[in-house]
Amino acid sequence: MRKCKTDALDAVFAEIAKSSLLYIPTDTEKGAEYKKWSDGMKMSNALNTVRSPKDFFFPQTEDLMEFKVNGKEIEVIDTRSEKEDFVVFGVRACDVKSFEILDRVFLIDPCDSYYANRREHSTIVSVACTRPVETCFCQTFGIDAAAPEGDVSCWKTDSEVYFKANTPKGEALLAKLEGITVDADDKDVTAQQEKTREIMKKLPLAELSADKFGAGKTEEFFNAPEWDELSESCLGCGTCTFVCPTCQCYDIKDYNTGHGVIRFRCWDSCMYSDFTKMAHGNPRLTQKERFRQRFMHKLVYYPSNNDGLFSCVGCGRCLAKCPISMNIVKVMKTIGKSE
Amino acid sequence: MQVNNGYQPKIVAFCCNWCSYAGADLAGNNRLAYPENVKIIKVPCSCRVNPMFILRAFQRGADGVILCGCHPGDCHYTSGNYYTRRRMALLFSMLNFLGIEKERTRVEWVSAAEGAKFAATMNEFCETVAALGENKRLEDLRCKR
Amino acid sequence: MQKVTSELLVKKASELLENGTVTRVLGWKKGEFSYDLTPAVFESGEELIKDFVFSDFSGANFSKYLIKETKKADGKVLVFLKPCDSYSFNQLLTEHRFDREKVYAIGIPCEGMADVDKIKKNVGDGIIDIISDGDRIVVKTLYDGDKEIAADDVKAERCIVCKSKKCVAYDELLGDNGEVIDSERFDEVEKLEKMTDDERFAFWQNELSRCIRCNACRDVCPACTCEKCVFDNPKSGVENKAISDSFEEKMFHIIRAFHVAGRCTDCGECSRVCPQGIPLHLLNRKFIKDINEFYGEYQAGAEIGSRAPLVNYTLDDIEPVDAVKKGEADNA
Repeated sequence: MRKCKTDALDAVFAEIAKSSLLYIPTDTEKGAEYKKWSDGMKMSNALNTVRSPKDFFFPQTEDLMEFKVNGKEIEVIDTRSEKEDFVVFGVRACDVKSFEILDRVFLIDPCDSYYANRREHSTIVSVACTRPVETCFCQTFGIDAAAPEGDVSCWKTDSEVYFKANTPKGEALLAKLEGITVDADDKDVTAQQEKTREIMKKLPLAELSADKFGAGKTEEFFNAPEWDELSESCLGCGTCTFVCPTCQCYDIKDYNTGHGVIRFRCWDSCMYSDFTKMAHGNPRLTQKERFRQRFMHKLVYYPSNNDGLFSCVGCGRCLAKCPISMNIVKVMKTIGKSE
Repeated sequence: MQVNNGYQPKIVAFCCNWCSYAGADLAGNNRLAYPENVKIIKVPCSCRVNPMFILRAFQRGADGVILCGCHPGDCHYTSGNYYTRRRMALLFSMLNFLGIEKERTRVEWVSAAEGAKFAATMNEFCETVAALGENKRLEDLRCKR
Repeated sequence: MQKVTSELLVKKASELLENGTVTRVLGWKKGEFSYDLTPAVFESGEELIKDFVFSDFSGANFSKYLIKETKKADGKVLVFLKPCDSYSFNQLLTEHRFDREKVYAIGIPCEGMADVDKIKKNVGDGIIDIISDGDRIVVKTLYDGDKEIAADDVKAERCIVCKSKKCVAYDELLGDNGEVIDSERFDEVEKLEKMTDDERFAFWQNELSRCIRCNACRDVCPACTCEKCVFDNPKSGVENKAISDSFEEKMFHIIRAFHVAGRCTDCGECSRVCPQGIPLHLLNRKFIKDINEFYGEYQAGAEIGSRAPLVNYTLDDIEPVDAVKKGEADNA
């Protein structure tokens, strides 16, 4: 484990930025956002960013290829550019976990080369939470907010910042910081972790359990009568899916520029009426079915295909942002019949 | 016509079938010159043009959009252009509110007898837009690739 | 703090359920925390007692739900209308969007709703509970104990500039009806009008660039009730979910606001639900302000059956070129 003084964080950023792009969460008028680091930019102390960091690997809109029409010729252009190495600094434990969930979708055969390209060029520096809030429930899914994963894990105490490399990429990054950091023991980190874990136990959603859900539970929950009342007031907007770090559905579309075609993909939302629309029409005709799809996917279908791993990380973004305050916690409690 | 060192703005002109399009015809018959970069789109009535048409024209590369219809009171369908007038008043005011140059949009009433007015309007509108330069604030970069 | 209590509304609703006047009740349902109430349909007195809440966080406007709810079953549905909701209610009736006979409406006074984001900004993270006490709000926090703030400091923007305390539609009214207020709701719009083109463009570019095309503003809007929105039609060639070009964002927001121009009651739901905090209501208010200035004062939903300004005209309406200039003249 290595450490540096909190004041030296600017130097750490400067050092990292010498060899790669660096993104850190920084405060804006409307909450914290990841921004490209530039000299003097301060890292946000907010618990989390408004938008999740999934954009780094799976951007909301991305061009896949371009077709140019020239008389009777059609030229196919690969619009991909070789990605520069980049570091995302300050990712919380829940969001780090979301990358694993996305990896299992995009990196299995057939591998999504657009996603893989970005993943390969990235180094993730996580940061441990010390002040979780009422909407946090990462522990429900076995995530330890005090021990985040990532290529490098990082803990910020009042006066110092501790670093621990977890992967060869992380070690390479810490090697670059050798001049700024010094060796450290884990005494202060352990103390901080214990304190955070105590706080986690006292959170309002600490008791929330996902035990009732998981692989193979489709028949048990699919026809539950509670879906009616839960989805009753759903507006059918895409807020929950677009702020979610693990929602991974996308649509591929063509845009006619008048002299060619741009083929792009963009996030899709199961809440939308044109989601998975096919030649025969839409397989999910009512909002209830679309609503059910989202939560069944997170709690049952995904675990069924991925060794029981849930595709929710308990970051709490949907709890804070849903226009009608309907969310996965309320669904789990109602469908799972627990208080 | 060349203005501003060769820069020619792209102008889209929506013209109603009954007055303004005939006005444009008359301008042609009378050999009155107006810039060839004015592209006329004929519509049955000026009130056929909804706000999306205007925005779409900008998206597809127009630098200025002008809507021409019968003079108020002379609409072939009695009242179409009265609705147009309200719609465009609000739309143009909104575009201005969003910081888009107000000179890029215009409504002009041109009758079938006003070939001269049509040509003069187009010449003048073209010059105004040319002075503003390319439309940057309502452009769609995808269309410019 | 609200003058009418949850208890009073539960009592009222239970009575109406019991005597058969209504079969269902639209209300705000208790959430996990004190601020996350969900619109819900209640069917019994027990459900109401258990979960019905009317508080500073009952901001959701139920008028639009009536379209779906009145089609569901026979029997009336009870709806509680805050003054601003009642304007949306009237506007929907004007457009024949639901059957008035199937609704029993109770008008309730509103003291203004709280904005939880403002509370979070004020007291910091980790809100365990929020208790209203007169014009003070006590916030119990995870880290800093109890914090007391003035209710006025955390009022939602739309409530600070409330346009009317008067319920304009109801079968029954609880308490006294309020008055239409000479509000300052156009001040923000005027501030923008006074800026230069460049400043205004920069302002909106910055705001709209945050849009994530979640469509929440459209989906919550009581005036947006098309069976199929043009933005949901893939053949229309417009984007409904991708943030593919800044042009698309501008087009969406201009068209969204334009389509409700003259029908928007300025209930402010669009800005309330925006996950990115974009002040969408300013676009709607610009249209309302222009309509008032060009065609005379008009409040959508103030009365049933009024003719909206965009489906109306006079022989001597302002010309578009003068309309744009009028905004300019005010600047000088």
